[in-house]
Formats: sequence, structure tokens, C-alpha cells
Amino acid sequence: MKRSTRRHLRDGGLYAVLLVVVVTIGLSADWHAIRVNFFDSDTIKALWPDIVTIAAVNTIKYTVLSFAGGLALALVLALMKLSPLRLYRWLATAYIEFFRGLPALVVILLMAFGVPLAFQWTPPGGNVGAGIIALIMVSSAYMAETLRAGIQAVPKGQTEAAASLGMGSFWTLVSITLPQAIRIVIPPLTNEFVLLIKDTSLLSVGGFLFSQQELTSFGQSGLTSYANATPLIAVAVVYLVIAVPSTRLVAYLESRQQKAAR
Amino acid sequence: MNAVPAIQVEQLHKYYGQNEVLKGIDFRVDAGQVVCVIGPSGSGKSTLLRCVNRLEEPTSGRILVEGIDICDPETDLNAVRSRIGMVFQQFNLFPHMSVLRNLCIAQQRVKGRGKDEAVEIARRNLAKVGLSEKEDAYPAHLSGGQQQRVAIARALSMDPDMMLFDEPTSALDPELVGDVLATMKELASEGMTMMVVTHEMGFAREVGDKLVFMDGGVIVEEGDPREVLGNPHHERTQSFLSKVL
Repeated sequence: MKRSTRRHLRDGGLYAVLLVVVVTIGLSADWHAIRVNFFDSDTIKALWPDIVTIAAVNTIKYTVLSFAGGLALALVLALMKLSPLRLYRWLATAYIEFFRGLPALVVILLMAFGVPLAFQWTPPGGNVGAGIIALIMVSSAYMAETLRAGIQAVPKGQTEAAASLGMGSFWTLVSITLPQAIRIVIPPLTNEFVLLIKDTSLLSVGGFLFSQQELTSFGQSGLTSYANATPLIAVAVVYLVIAVPSTRLVAYLESRQQKAAR
Repeated sequence: MNAVPAIQVEQLHKYYGQNEVLKGIDFRVDAGQVVCVIGPSGSGKSTLLRCVNRLEEPTSGRILVEGIDICDPETDLNAVRSRIGMVFQQFNLFPHMSVLRNLCIAQQRVKGRGKDEAVEIARRNLAKVGLSEKEDAYPAHLSGGQQQRVAIARALSMDPDMMLFDEPTSALDPELVGDVLATMKELASEGMTMMVVTHEMGFAREVGDKLVFMDGGVIVEEGDPREVLGNPHHERTQSFLSKVL
């Protein structure tokens, strides 16, 4: 038998296996039940337009707030980690290890219920605000490590050149090191943004008013009020519409960066 | 001529851990002089040069730049550095900035010059190194020789009193070395004080006022370049020169 014939036979066999699996699932599934429970058109009509105007908008709002706050705090932590003062390095390391070691859900619950109990103080924005503060604290721990790595990836010759021109540490950081570090960390930071989109689903444990609902809690309340899983499917589609372009953007940025590095 | 030496190094020692790379160097460069430092790799010549603007921290000894002790904690190190131009082996241009911005950034941030003044000075120095047409280019789009000439123009834009060159042509393709050396030669002819760590014996012979041969962390021999190169007294100098000439 010729080599090419053998390859065609093998590929044909693999396609056949896939076909058998698909047909078996297709025949054994209860299509009527699936359509009624997951793709009910009346339910979809009832969800519209709140799923976008309230739920999706809130998800994006919470994500952007958490990301912006997390990035700002991460920059402070990264600079502390690179500080010549040992105590600052130690504090930043302790913070980063602490929040990377905890589930985000635990931090959110602590901020929403533990802190108000312990200190008789409610974070601004109630449970939503508490949850966002928690996400800021958690995401900053991850982003601080990313930023630190980015700053350290800037070649030493760059800071030496700046020093030889008499530039002090502040201007060297602002004009020379940070602009180059930011370019290096854009892909991993975009990745962190996508993770945050999904982490905002955890905020619902604090309890929401209807106008505060983000996608997951919106889908969950739809599930109970319509006794139907369609809202969850609709919510899943909206998540994908937001997240997939973002991950594709990361891939694009990464490939562009690799080209530029050559 | 100014009586205060541009660079004066006294009993300089430098350790990396247990490893002593500079073993008590006494060295001086007078204003207007071109001093070339040669020696095998690992001889400590680059470390000596990098100590002069304190990119390397001396372990002990004194370094005076125009009479100012640069290791004195009361010295404004950045002010001293802004008067010492430095050119690196790897150019170290800022890759995220255009050529013009590379030449202006420190003028504005350190010297406090306005944008118009900085641009004017930058353009003058770019013309001097023959790269006026490249002011909007980014470093990645320039050849190594062009990048090094931009780096020289960047250092000159700070109006330095002296220039340090750390193997400025070692990272260049052979056919690009000539342009950079020509720029340095022109600078020397204008009376710039220069300390040049180099492997270019022709440049040292033709342009240098003094040649210093270092080996194993000490200065083995120094003097008139033609004398040192043509008639070296020390055995180590002879053996080094027989390998490179």
C-alpha cells in the first residue's frame, strides 16, 4: 500500500469515529426538552433588553472599575517590590502572597460581611462596592507580579544610559522604564482583564438590587423566575461576546509584539 | 589649560564579591586630553571607566571629576553626571523614542531646557554626526553605526565637559567602525576631553594623547601612544600587543 493511501485511510477512520460520537449523542438526546429548557424564545423575549442594558453594562462597569483600581494598586506594589528598602519589599511580598493564596470568593465575602461586622463600617457602594474593593485587592496581587517582571525585563543599559545623562530615578522610571515595561506587559494584562470579566460573577454572593445585577446574577434570577435554563444560556452567549474578542485581541497583540522583537 | 584635572583617580579598588577587579588604580585625564585605555578582556578597563561616573560603585579610593569627589554623599551625582557624556558599547538608545526625542529628553528633564531650545541643540548635534535626515526615525530602523553616532549626539546635547567611551566600536560590523571613529576624531580635534576604552590601536596611535595599558586590574604601562605601541617596555604589554597588532 502506498504511503499516501495509508494516510488517507487513517484520516478517514478518525473522521468516522467523530461522526459516530456525534450521531450517538444526537440520537440519544431529548431535543424537545433541550429546546424548551435552554432555548425558549418567549423567555428570551422577556429577558430583552435588560440583559444588555442592565446586566452586561454592569458586568463591564464592575470589570473596568476592578481593573483600573487593581492596576493602580499593582503599580504601587510592584515599585515596593523593587524598592531598595527591605521593609517595603517584604510588605509587598506578604501582600501578594496573601491575596494570591486566597480564593477571590473568600475575599469578597470577608469584605462584604466580615469587615462591616468587625469594624462597624460599610464600604462605599454597599455590597457591590465591597465586592469591587475585594476584586481590586485580589487582581492587584496578580498584576503587581506581572508589572514587576515587565519593569525588570527592560534592559539594564536603559537605566544606565538615563543615569549617565544625569536623569534621577523618578524621571528614569516615568520616561524610560515604565513606557517600555508597559509595552511588554500589555498582553498579560489584557489576559488579567479577561479573567476579571468572569470574576465579576462572584460579586453576586453579596446580594444585589435588580439594577445592580451583573450577568451571572441576572441569569440566576431569570432561572428562578421563569423556571427555565434559557436565561443562563443567554447570559453565557453575552459573556462570550465580551470575552472572546478580548482573548483574540491578546493573541493579536502577542503576535505583533513577537514580530516587533525580531 | 585648567590646572584641575578633568578626571583624577586615586588608589581605586573595586571588588565583585571576593574578586578584586581593580587593584589600586592611579589615573588622570587632563582637560582637553584624549586618553585611550587598552588591555585584554577582564583587565578592568571598562570597570575603571564606569567608576568615573559611578555606574559602578568603587570599593575604596577617591575619584575626582573636575575636582569634585563623586563618592562624597553630599555631591549632587546627577549634576556631575550631566557634565560627563557617556557612550556605551551597546549604544543604549531609548527604543520607544524617535532620534530627536532621544536627544531632547535629558536636556529637558535634567537641564530644564525648553522644548524649542532642546530641539535646536539636538539638531545641531545630529548635523555634526551627519544624521540630520534621521531625526524622526526610531533606533530600531538605524544601522549600528548610525545608532552609535546618535548616541554620541545624545551625549553631546548635554554640553558635557568630557566624554567617556566604553568600547564604542566593539559591537559594530567592521564596515561601520570607520564612521564612528571619524566622528570621535572630529570631537577630539575640537578639544573635547575624552577617555576611550578601545581595541582600535590605530585610533589610539593617531588621536590619543596618552595610552594606558591595563592587565589584571592594574595599570601596567602608560605614556605616549606611539611610544607604548612602538616600543613597549613591559613584557605583558609586549605579549598583548603582539597578539592584537
